Amino acid sequence: MTGTFYINNEEKILTFEGGDILLNTLRKNGYSEVKNGCHEGECGACMILLDGMPVNSCKIFTAAVIEKKITTVGGLGSIHEPHLIQKAFVEMGAVQCGYCTPAFVLTTHALLNSKPLPTDEEIKDALDGILCRCTGYVKIIDAVKLAAQKINAHE
Amino acid sequence: MNNYRTIGRSVEKSDALALATGSSLFTDDHRLNDCLPVKILRSPHAHARIINIDVREALSMPGVVDIITHKEIKKKYYTTAGQGYPEPSPYDTLLFDDVVRYVGDFVAMVAAETAEQAEEAIRKIKIEYEVLSPVFDPEKALEPGAAVIHDKEEFHPIPVPYKPKENIAAEVKFAVGDFQKGLEEADFVVEETYNSDYASHACIEPHVAASYFDDTGRLVIITATQVPFHARRIVSQVLDYPLKKIRVIKPRIGGGFGAKQEVLLEPYVALFTLRTKRAVKLIYERKEEFQSGRQRHPMQVKLKMGVKNNGEITALSMDNLMNTGAYGSHALTVLSNSGSKTLPLLNKIKNIDFRGRSVYTNLPVGGAYRGYGATQAYFAINQHIDMICRRTGQDMLEYIKQWHIKPGETSDVFKALGEGKEGVEQVVNSCKLDECIDRGAELIDWYKKRGQKTETRPDFFRGVGMAVSMQGSGIPMIDMAAAYMKMNDDGSFNLDIGATDIGTGSDTILAQIAAEVLDVETENIMVLSSDTDRTPFDVGAYASSTTYVSGGAVKKCAEKIKEQILNVASGILDAKPGQLKLAAGKVVDTKNNKHCTLEEIAMNSLYGSGLTQIQAEASHFVEQSPPPFIAQFAEVEVDKKTGKIRMVKFVSAVDCGQAINPKLAEGQIEGAAVNGITYALFEGFHFTAKGQMTNASFWDYKIWRSNDLPEMETVIIPSDEKSGPFGAKSVGEIGINCPAPAIANAVFDAVGVRLTSMPFTPEKLYKLINHE
Repeated sequence: MTGTFYINNEEKILTFEGGDILLNTLRKNGYSEVKNGCHEGECGACMILLDGMPVNSCKIFTAAVIEKKITTVGGLGSIHEPHLIQKAFVEMGAVQCGYCTPAFVLTTHALLNSKPLPTDEEIKDALDGILCRCTGYVKIIDAVKLAAQKINAHE
Repeated sequence: MNNYRTIGRSVEKSDALALATGSSLFTDDHRLNDCLPVKILRSPHAHARIINIDVREALSMPGVVDIITHKEIKKKYYTTAGQGYPEPSPYDTLLFDDVVRYVGDFVAMVAAETAEQAEEAIRKIKIEYEVLSPVFDPEKALEPGAAVIHDKEEFHPIPVPYKPKENIAAEVKFAVGDFQKGLEEADFVVEETYNSDYASHACIEPHVAASYFDDTGRLVIITATQVPFHARRIVSQVLDYPLKKIRVIKPRIGGGFGAKQEVLLEPYVALFTLRTKRAVKLIYERKEEFQSGRQRHPMQVKLKMGVKNNGEITALSMDNLMNTGAYGSHALTVLSNSGSKTLPLLNKIKNIDFRGRSVYTNLPVGGAYRGYGATQAYFAINQHIDMICRRTGQDMLEYIKQWHIKPGETSDVFKALGEGKEGVEQVVNSCKLDECIDRGAELIDWYKKRGQKTETRPDFFRGVGMAVSMQGSGIPMIDMAAAYMKMNDDGSFNLDIGATDIGTGSDTILAQIAAEVLDVETENIMVLSSDTDRTPFDVGAYASSTTYVSGGAVKKCAEKIKEQILNVASGILDAKPGQLKLAAGKVVDTKNNKHCTLEEIAMNSLYGSGLTQIQAEASHFVEQSPPPFIAQFAEVEVDKKTGKIRMVKFVSAVDCGQAINPKLAEGQIEGAAVNGITYALFEGFHFTAKGQMTNASFWDYKIWRSNDLPEMETVIIPSDEKSGPFGAKSVGEIGINCPAPAIANAVFDAVGVRLTSMPFTPEKLYKLINHE
């Protein structure tokens, strides 16, 4: 079957099977920044924003999100024009292996949209859907705080 | 302190922006034409012989291209351990065997046009098993009459004790002084048995490898590996395929921690590509990662110390029984390291008796894991120290300061215990453990909180505990790394290194080392790493070696480049090289301040009078393995009603020499500390009576999330390691060693019971508190 999706602000018509999972559909269509860590909805590496809300794309049927707005980390910023959140993650040393980073960046984006200056506890709660084994989360939390400052200073 | 341009500065990690914007390519992100996914048929039995295997129906299924079982392969024993050659691990593994040795062992693999077709075909493979009696308990595996797990032509490639008929995969013994005599001198004896469990590395990227023939007909393997050069050699060796026709590339890799020091998938994808001439990709599912990846070896540590009333340890015996699971990957060296990386720390002990045995069982396979045996043994040693201090009425901090190894001192253990052979004598050059202890104590508020048993609310008690450890920096006289550099037209440099960045940031810190020598900004060093065709050899990312060993190679290489630059500049400036110096992208004549830029030098050598490529290579091996040191402190709150431990605060103070990049060094410690905390608190494998793992998913195998985090503090206490590049030692592994003993000591401080078995589940602690 085919469907229209709004991925990173572009209209895309994708072909897929009825039982296909969104994670696989996105990766097959070149959105390799959406990572597969467990396929069981626990690690969060496959996080995307669906109409602005962070969700695990491994637990969603592609067919269920036709006509929806999907954002991957590539939709926030690119290596040439990075988003302030992406810059903050780099600056704070919050990126080690980087496999989970796209998910953390997207979730941070959703968090700061609703709470521009979150407390430490709000940050920790917002990020709790994503596993990271490299950083111990310390520098990721610092990066979110820095991103909040950067964005607020920018606005 | 030294006035460095880039060393000691937290320059941004060179690949971080590409990773944060999602443009980096990991193995599975490479799009290969007509690529066949591979799926694995795994053993449902812990121990069985395959009597018959029939793949005819499966082969006729739509989309199925190839199926491999033990019938299709030549029997060639090897080890999956990605270690130097000859490996100090037994050759006890076949690609496929007619005996399966744990639930999840390989039976067959299917390559098909789609993953679903491969899975369909797997269901059609008919197998007749003769179920053999399994053995799960390492102590029972040693008993006469126990099932023998390896009874064919397995062998050890190096001359070490290997007794597969007794289920012994490795055995290590050494003695220093006279243990019995030392025991007689003691006033009291402290004796305890400690147990640690299996643990998964839980890399968020699972094991993954892909292979294909390139346009010239060479076999290319893209793989999530810590050891690309070992992977190339082992694939060549196992498949009898010429090494010169194989190219191994490590792209970005989603975490290693030792898991990817295994050559686990590469031979299989390569074999399928050789047979089908197609591109092939194999990715572990999370369940496979747990049950059929590689894990931390569970270890039983029996520790006995004879102690005088003043706290002096007159005798120590350590008897370690390690469960290596169904295959002996790293069975010898993890065992050796449980002594060699721990006992030198208490180098005043003159009488030591060490025995270790690694035992085969029908359970998941052990492997390299950050800490590498030291973690399991420090769990025991640090609790013993706490017990001695409590018995003799001494402050644990002052006690450790008195008895730990100091600069200028050595330990007999360094020489006695190596990796499959004698060790290497060494004197400790740098050690700031005292400062680590002091700083950590300050941050945890040790003297105010220790021994208070503060009841914060009814039945909730707080306590503080600490632990110390050392590790090494590379494997002396064994590990080798090489680097190549060339200068470009604009005065920038390519740095090609075999070293393997597994997320640690080694590409960045190695560029910093080159940049420091050449006095340029790090961005002028472009790093290409871990490609067996394009980069020189490096053993890979393990044994805390990259900064110290690969960094040494890069420094040497850059120094050669510097010499050539000064020679070319001496022609341009008409001055002797000796009076020239590099300064901020220029070469300056110190006599008259005349100067030329690096770009002018490059252009002159490439197009002008020189007509020479400024380029250099260097190899480096190390004669010693200077230990980094760490003191870690835990504050816990124990709920006496439930036995639940809540972490309140965790502090790490580390001496890793000169931190090349402090933020990246802190990140290593923070990640390791959290990994170590969850290992202590709840990581562990659960099995059915038949050896099937029952918690092989992130739903049932919990690691911490961001909202579990207590207050964390990490400080780096600088020291200057003269033998290391710009004073650096290692930092990758050490942070995982002390959380478990520090927490156990803190729990004792809070509620007076001793946790000798990991993980510290509420049930275990509740029973201890209630004397059940």
